[in-house]
Amino acid sequence: MDASSIIFYGIAAFILGTAFISVTTTKIFRAAIALLFSLIGIAGLYFWMQVDFIAAVQITVYVGGIVILIIFSIFLTQQSGSEMPKPTMKRTIFSLLATFLGIGFTYNLINEYGFAATPLKPFAVSVSDIGMAMLSTTEHGFVLPFEVVSMLLLAAMIGCIVIAMKAPAEENLVADELVNQEQKYQEIKLPTNVITTPAEEMEEVIK
Amino acid sequence: MSSIPLTHILFLSTALFFIGMYGLFTRRNLISMLMSIELILNSVNINFVAFNKYLYADKLDGIFFAIFIIAIAAAEAAVAIAIIINLYRSHRSIDVEDATEMRY
Repeated sequence: MDASSIIFYGIAAFILGTAFISVTTTKIFRAAIALLFSLIGIAGLYFWMQVDFIAAVQITVYVGGIVILIIFSIFLTQQSGSEMPKPTMKRTIFSLLATFLGIGFTYNLINEYGFAATPLKPFAVSVSDIGMAMLSTTEHGFVLPFEVVSMLLLAAMIGCIVIAMKAPAEENLVADELVNQEQKYQEIKLPTNVITTPAEEMEEVIK
Repeated sequence: MSSIPLTHILFLSTALFFIGMYGLFTRRNLISMLMSIELILNSVNINFVAFNKYLYADKLDGIFFAIFIIAIAAAEAAVAIAIIINLYRSHRSIDVEDATEMRY
């Protein structure tokens, strides 16, 4: 076993271990940090496979973009150290069953197929080749998916802005809440049995 | 480099895919489910790059598939997080059990 395979098995163990921590821990912030390390390990695997460009894109987009986005959304939506409830026993058992069945099936399939051991040609991807192929309009060019992805990113950007925009009726909601609180306060202060409609109560409040 | 056969890389990506699937099945928190989906997408990327390197070393198709999958995953994560934050604003919770309006 030479150094290259030792490095591969080390990277593989790192990726799987951190991914396992990421899906089993009950603290959501810890899960996000484990996911970060798992993605860094996958970038290391791309470096090991000598596809430097994909590794750089992986670090830039996943580690630098998506994980930061996930961490910020954790900060925005709940306490960072909050515990998630453990999954129920029934759900855990059936998920484990499905997982092991799937792994066994796929392992069997890959083992049986036995990929033809092709003589390993030198695989050197230069960034200029990728750039030329991405914008070429010939038969094996990728200019059409490139343009489609640019439209997709534009649509996603506009969609995010529209979805996450504050509703313009926000002030009305706040006003309604204030009125409701005032009504509750009135009810507590005056424990009468008289059933009044909200409109009458509003008039009393105004008086 | 040549000492590692292609099948070992495929075993790694299989294990990563099913770890992500396990997380998707057991978690009920929307952000955690999004993290599991990222793991699944990454295992697919590993497969594309490995097939390109080991079987079709003179082509670039697998590399391009990986690049486009990464771009689409970024867009998907951004839209999903916008939806999650909007859901949190209206429901005060990001648990899938609490968002059942569109279930029936």
